[in-house]
This record gives sequence, C-alpha cells and structure tokens, in this order.
Amino acid sequence: MTLSQTLIARAAQVRVSRAARSSKVSGAAMALIAVVLAALPFLVFSTVTDTLVNLFVLIALASMWNLLAGFGGLVSVGQQAYIGIGAYSVIALADQGVQPYLAVPLGALTCALFAVPTSWLAFRLRGDYFAVGTWVIAEVYRLLVVRIDGVGGGSGKGLSGMSGIDQTLRGALTYWIALALALATIGGCYLLLRGRVGLSLMAVRDEETAASSAGIDVTRAKRLVYLISAAGCGAAGGVITISSLSVNPDAIFSVQWSAYMIFIVVIGGIGYIEGPLLGALVFFALQQVLADYGSWYLVLLGAVGVAAALWLPGGLWGLVRDRTGLSLFPVGYHVREGGGDAASR
Amino acid sequence: MGWLNAIVQGLLLGGLYALFATGLSLMFGVMRIVNLAHGDLAVVASFLALALVSGTGLPLWVVMVVTVPLFALLGYLTQRVLLQRSLGAGPLATLLVTFGLSIVLQNILLEVFSADTRTLDGGSFATASFHLTDSTSVGYLSLTTFLLACAALAGIQVFLSRTGLGRMLRASADDRETASLMGADSRHVYGIATAIAFATVALAGLMFAMRSSFDPSIGPSRLIFAFEAVVIGGLGSLWGTLLGGMVLGVAQSLSAQVDPALTLLAGHLIFLAVLAFRPQGLLAGRAA
Repeated sequence: MTLSQTLIARAAQVRVSRAARSSKVSGAAMALIAVVLAALPFLVFSTVTDTLVNLFVLIALASMWNLLAGFGGLVSVGQQAYIGIGAYSVIALADQGVQPYLAVPLGALTCALFAVPTSWLAFRLRGDYFAVGTWVIAEVYRLLVVRIDGVGGGSGKGLSGMSGIDQTLRGALTYWIALALALATIGGCYLLLRGRVGLSLMAVRDEETAASSAGIDVTRAKRLVYLISAAGCGAAGGVITISSLSVNPDAIFSVQWSAYMIFIVVIGGIGYIEGPLLGALVFFALQQVLADYGSWYLVLLGAVGVAAALWLPGGLWGLVRDRTGLSLFPVGYHVREGGGDAASR
Repeated sequence: MGWLNAIVQGLLLGGLYALFATGLSLMFGVMRIVNLAHGDLAVVASFLALALVSGTGLPLWVVMVVTVPLFALLGYLTQRVLLQRSLGAGPLATLLVTFGLSIVLQNILLEVFSADTRTLDGGSFATASFHLTDSTSVGYLSLTTFLLACAALAGIQVFLSRTGLGRMLRASADDRETASLMGADSRHVYGIATAIAFATVALAGLMFAMRSSFDPSIGPSRLIFAFEAVVIGGLGSLWGTLLGGMVLGVAQSLSAQVDPALTLLAGHLIFLAVLAFRPQGLLAGRAA
C-alpha cells in the first residue's frame, strides 16, 4: 500500500467527535439548571431573584472579558466604557418613550456602533499598552457624558418609563432579562468559538504572525470580538440600569468593573468558556460572605487574584479540567480509535 | 493669569508628569512590564511621608531622604519576589499581578488612612514664588520639581550609557537570553531597574503631595497621566517622556484657562490625537 492509502485506511478507523459522553450528560444537566433558574420567580421570594440578577450580570461581563482577553488576546481595562454607554443608552431611549426592557438590546447595538471608531484608535496600541489605552478611552467617554445635561450631567439620572409596571412583575422581568443575558453571552461565546471564527481567533491569540501568514485576517477577527464584547457589556450596563432604576456616571464608568471582570476570569480560568461561570460563582460567594468587612474584602480579592495569576495560570477550571478532563462546552475535538479513548484537545 | 503664564505653569507641571512617568517608561523598556500599580505607589509614598512627618516630627526633607531609598529597596524586593515570578507565568500575568497589587494597595490605604483628602504641608517653600514678568510667576516648588525631573532623567541617562550595570541593563532589555549568556544576571538587573523606577515614583509622589491634595483612590487617575506622557513622548525614549509630560501639562493648563472642567478631557484628547496621527510618539526612539 502506498502511504496515502495507509493513511486513508487508518483514518477510517478513527472517530472524531466534539463531545465526550461526560459533556453530553453535563449539557443535559445545564439545560435543566437553566429551566429551573427560569422558573425561579414563581418559586422563591424576590430578594433571592434580585440578588441573582447581580450574579447574572457578573457572569455576562466576565464572559465578555474572557472572549476578549482569553480568546482574542485583547487585554482591555476599559470595558466599563461600554457598560456606561449601554446604561446611558437605556436611560436616553427610555426618555424618548422606548420601553426600557426593549431599550436593553438597543443599548447593546449602540455600544457596537461606538466600538467601531473606538477600535480604530485602540488597535493602534499593542499588548499591555492596549490595556491602559482602552482605560483612557473609557475616561474620555465618562468625561464627555458628564458634560451632557440631558442625561443628568455629573450627578446621574433616574430611569423613566418603569412606573407603570407592577413591582412584582418588574422584578421578574428584570430577572428574566438578566438570565437571558447571561445565557446569551455564554451560548454566544460557545457558538462563536465552535466555528471558523473561533479557530482563527485561537490561532491569532497563540501566534499572531503565524496566523496572519496562514491567511487569517487578524485585525478583522480581533475587531469582531471587540464589537461583540462591547455589545455584551452594553447589554449588561442596560440590565444594571433597569435593576437599579438610575445611573451615576462615576459608578457606571468605574474601573472597578474591569477589576471585577478580570478577577472573575483569572480565578475561574482564562481561555475556558466555563472559567467565567465558575469564577463568577466563587466571586459572588466571596462577596456575600465578606460583605461586612468593607475594603478588606477587596484587599483579599486583589491578593487572591495575584496568587491565581502567579500559581494557577489555568484558574480553578484549569485545575478541574486537568483532574477530570471534563469539558462543559467542548470547542475542540476528541479523537477516538476503535473503542479506545485516545483523546486530544 | 495670562496665556503666557498658563504655558509656563504647564511646562513646569510637565516636569512633574515626566518625573512620575520615568519609572513606568523604564519598567516597560527593560522588562516589558506595564506597572498598573504605578499611580498607587506614588500615593503610598505620599501617605508614608505624611505618617512619618506627623508621627516623628522630622522635617520634610529628612522624610524625603528616607522615603526615596526605602522605595528603591522595596522596588528591588518587589521585582525579585513578585514580578520576576510573573514574568515566567505568561504575558497576562504581569498585568494581572500589578493590577491586583493596585487594588490591594488602594484598599489598605483606605482602611488605614480613611477616604479623607489630605495634603502634605511643604511650608513656605511650597507656596513661595518669584515673578518672571508682571503676570507670570514661578513657584519655587514647581521649579524645583522640574529641575529634579531633569536631574533624574539625566542621571538615568548617564547610568544607562556610562556604567557597566547600565550597559547590562540595556543589553537585557534588548535580548535577555543573549545578555544572560554574556554573564548578565537578568534578575539582578531587573531588580535594579525596578528599584530606580520605584525611587522616581516615590519622589514624584512626594512632589504631587506637596502640590495638591490626595486620597487613597487617586492613584489610577494619576497613572493615566504618566501613561499619556510616555505614549505622547514615544515609547522607550527617556527625553521623549519629558517632552510628553510637557505637552500634557501645557494642554491641561491652557484648557483650564478656557474652562476648568475641560482640564482632564483636553489631556486625554491630546493623547488620543497622538495615538491617531503619530502612534510612535513625538520622539520615537530607544534610549532605555
């Protein structure tokens, strides 16, 4: 037999699949969890669902940052720009008579539009300097927004158009839209990374020059990720606004959001779709437990982040994955030979 | 205040920005580390000096002489213990470590010193000035700061170009592995670079503290100034940093003439304009 015939015969025996059996089981479990979460407003008191809104926002923000930094290699410290623009879009649209819940996706769209010219500027900076450059851009957006009197200037503004809705219904609607946002960001990342874009993104992240010489349009791939991430953060900003019913420029454009996103992703595991999910749960639990300790809680958070960056580069999910081989969102492939499990990523 | 006065004040303010930005530029030039805790370190120096002055009653200049070498030592240790480890842990790690450090420092200061706004009393020296023309006066403090900045930059320049350690530093910055083959201990060299960076940031922090009020959360917004000065001047160019600081200072003080609310925005816009039209900076080059 010639070499090619050998290879073809050999390839016929090999089965390639994305999902291991464990992934299918865990996929079903996750679908069940999503259904239970969706039914929660009928089952528990509104204090529980109100708290969970914060968790969903954190999951969405962290997923977007993970997409940007973990898959696109774009380490931004300025995503609060889009949280702020999304929040203010919802405020402004509601003032124009748009139903606030409908304004959330429109706010996301606005953010994507703002992200186009912003990316022209920001992409001129490389690596670490990109991080601080995006931060300056977020500051510029904040300083511009506080100069607009129509949205309350420096003191912020309340959300209009919500007074007609019954309070219980409002709480439930806000909860559902926050849940939808979290599911959409995770699902969106998964679908994006499974496809051609995902492959080219990971190639760009790992070796930009090689990816570019293999025919990948590096800037286009990065810009796509940047726009999606901006839209996701914008929607999160919108959800924050309809949950708190008002907006304050210093709080919504605060670099603290970036701190949260980064620590959730680093602790959970950067570059895994599961990472932000796990990280957000850990972060949220820490937040609930340590809420009474004031700033010490942030000191601890910073120290944990530093420790994770130094000694646990794969985060908690990296640890889980190494021990169990579990993958909730398989974006790679498994190769099986006959019945044996010769697995590769 | 006339326009000429605004320009003079802006140029002098630029000296302070340059002094503050030198450490950022040096650490990036040598180790490729963007130190996101840079601004917070300056604030830590301010608070340390404040605590020393009120705690021991020593005169301010003694406190300064103590604080700056202390920070240099702190810098050397930080590099060897914390940052060196992060250099080996991937490109993201240094950014995350310094960012984490920034959060930790800010909140420790907040717990220890509360969120109150403080000032460091520089005595009559900080407020005295002399007249250049009828409408233009120059404060002794800003002039001293400017001269200190020039002296620090010149000192670093001489250190880098004339001494053996400086040569090793430049070699390690260019190609760490080859420099190691030639006998340069890159960890020691990196420690020295960070020590210089921390010493200048402490000096800048003290100058900031005498000039204007400060509180534990002001670090990040000061980091932005330093970063802008570095990028406007040109990455890796020492004297570019001075030029960048002066451009930023003049932009801020001129716009403050028009409307004080525009001060920060004008600085940021100049930065973005440089980014858009001259991304390599005004003085592109590599001196560090």
